[in-house]
Amino acid sequence: MATIAGMQKGQKGIIRDVDLDRIPLKLLEMGCLPGNDVTLIQVAPFNDPLYLDINGSHLAIRKEVAAQIHIDLC
Amino acid sequence: MAQQIQVALLGNPNTGKTSVFNRLTGLNQKVGNYPGITVEKKEGICQLSRGKKAHILDLPGTYSLNASSIDENQVIELLLNKNDKDYPDVAVVVCEVENIKRNLLLFTQIKDLKIPAILAINMADRMTRKAISIDVPALEKALHTKIVLLSARNNEGFDTLKTQIEQYKNLPMTPCLDTTVIAPDYFKRLARTYPGQDLYKLWLVITQDVNFGKLDRTGVSGPISFQTESVGTLKKLQQKETIKRYQFINDTLKATLTVDKARATDFRSRLDRVLTHGVWGYVIFFAILTLIFQAIFDWSSYPMDFIDQSFALMSEWTKANLPPGDFTSLLAEGVLPGLGGIVIFIPQIAFLFLFIAILEETGYMSRVVFLMDRIMRRFGLSGKSVVPLISGTACAIPAIMATRNIENWKERLITILVTPFTTCSARLPVYLIIISLIIPQQRVLGIFSLQGLTLTFLYFLGFASAILAAFLLDRFLKVPSRSFFVIEMPNYKLPMAKNVLITMVEKTKSFVYGAGKIIFAISIILWVLASYGPGDFNRAPQIIDAQYIGQSLTEQERNTAIEAFRLEHSYIGRVGKAIEPLVSPLGYDWKIGIAIVSSFAAREVFVGTLATIYSVGNDDEQTIRNRMAAEVHPMLGTPRFNFASGVSLLLFYAFAMQCMSTLAVVRKETNSWIWPMGQLFFMTTLAYVVAFITYQFLS
Repeated sequence: MATIAGMQKGQKGIIRDVDLDRIPLKLLEMGCLPGNDVTLIQVAPFNDPLYLDINGSHLAIRKEVAAQIHIDLC
Repeated sequence: MAQQIQVALLGNPNTGKTSVFNRLTGLNQKVGNYPGITVEKKEGICQLSRGKKAHILDLPGTYSLNASSIDENQVIELLLNKNDKDYPDVAVVVCEVENIKRNLLLFTQIKDLKIPAILAINMADRMTRKAISIDVPALEKALHTKIVLLSARNNEGFDTLKTQIEQYKNLPMTPCLDTTVIAPDYFKRLARTYPGQDLYKLWLVITQDVNFGKLDRTGVSGPISFQTESVGTLKKLQQKETIKRYQFINDTLKATLTVDKARATDFRSRLDRVLTHGVWGYVIFFAILTLIFQAIFDWSSYPMDFIDQSFALMSEWTKANLPPGDFTSLLAEGVLPGLGGIVIFIPQIAFLFLFIAILEETGYMSRVVFLMDRIMRRFGLSGKSVVPLISGTACAIPAIMATRNIENWKERLITILVTPFTTCSARLPVYLIIISLIIPQQRVLGIFSLQGLTLTFLYFLGFASAILAAFLLDRFLKVPSRSFFVIEMPNYKLPMAKNVLITMVEKTKSFVYGAGKIIFAISIILWVLASYGPGDFNRAPQIIDAQYIGQSLTEQERNTAIEAFRLEHSYIGRVGKAIEPLVSPLGYDWKIGIAIVSSFAAREVFVGTLATIYSVGNDDEQTIRNRMAAEVHPMLGTPRFNFASGVSLLLFYAFAMQCMSTLAVVRKETNSWIWPMGQLFFMTTLAYVVAFITYQFLS
């Protein structure tokens, strides 16, 4: 199943499932919830971290965490 | 006096909350600390109509009421404690027009605590450009609140906000959501166990234990224990609550907020493409750093020369116009040169704070974090360590406090331990004066001043040693921690002059006052110790006359010899002589030794100390720099500050841990004496060894 870690720059997706045991509450609070849309805006040099637009919030997370967020690609 | 309305200013980070605070209070504000902890407390007074006043408390920025750092915890402590003297009559929740959705999470939580709340939507001036429209009456109704559209930049909407604050009693107290629906059985049980308590408040108190640790329970009576459910279950429930809140917010905004996505053309994405680019991103970052350090050296030399000369003139004037005596010489030889040693660096320090404030305000700092994270991780640091390392160039104390948003404890600890290596503004005085003594005033390639480049090199050295130390610590420290990292990438903003200036003035002021107090005290002590002495000190004229018997000295030569003899046999001279064997392998004499010892309290004392020591008994009007340049090695007859001893001194200051306030902050932030003591021992040893090798090699 696709995760944010596997997205290409510019790709869009919809968050389907978040591994709640491994994702800190803070990330949920910033809008990283099932049903919200996500766009990969930019990948930092050396391929990590990832700069995302989640539900209108712009934030950057590391790949390890991004791999815990499952998405449906659009 | 009329009762003041207590207002708490709340909101997510990056919503321009501070600009709103500055607009409401003007310069009528003060910055302090919450008792016992190093969280900044900003408060101010806002004038309402007919002489009424509001007391505004600017609370730390937070994404929700589920705290994960001590800054955020402060917000919850206050909102749960009705007996606190700062408990708000009304909360003003500041949110940003482009991020309303996320900002509302906090707002609904505050509403559910039944605190009267006003929703202040800031940056409303961007609405047309970003094609955002809000159905304000409908949103007000859905959220049971009053909404004020603000533009801190254009100073719009503040009269309305003030009116709403004045009429806070009309605000509805209706909560936004019913939290109990996430686990009806659990909340029923809670209600039975603690009858008469507000369930949402109770829930926050309980979950706070899970998130952050013991809370001050004065707001809720009776014994509270969260044993009723396991920690895991409570965490699940919190996630459920967050999801529930977002459902409510999404539904509400669907009907009241429209954004024309096509019109939201992105200036930010174009800028991001360049600023976070694999090559250009780094080039721009290093260009900005170089520019800053060049500017600090070049631009501030004019006001500095002026200040230096003014203090020399003041000393001169004092001596000429006040009746001679101990008080006059204390003033002219102790206090004035000592204070001059700190005042002279105000231009540089102000410039440094100015640049850091601009980097923060524009939103550029987050891009640097993003750019540097992968690289910093190789050294056991986080991309977020870049902010402390850069602001450490101003002062290590706020820098160490700025590590609080690093989620991973090991990364945070390493950042705290290595931050004191960065070139803080207290090292600047020492660097500047020594560079100007030992590095010629030349230009390289026509544009760069050689002195400026040396300074840039020292800054670079500070960063490099911090990174290297981090790398070693990463290898040897065994601290269990989870890797996690999230950073908001805020919109680019033109910095607002008012915000930047207030930050600059506040920070410079507290630096100068803080250092000024220490320097004032130390310069008085030094003057006393240098002006009096035991035994031979009091017989100086006789001893000198006996020494130079048969030689004809002019009156001036005789006086100079007497003063030199006195200084050497004063109390401070004796202490200095005692430590001289320790510092002479590094190329220093006893006077520099004294300056180093006194600067263990704070580095910037160094220049003031030398100024005081050199000016005791010295009648000429001279600037600090000239006095130092005139110091001669007693045996060799060459300048005291030559290339070898100068470089050795520079490196000593680059590495040594000479700041008691930093040690105290490290103690507070790590909650242990082991870390600060380790820092003190390790850094000072390193400094000594490096200075020793350098001097032996160069001389």
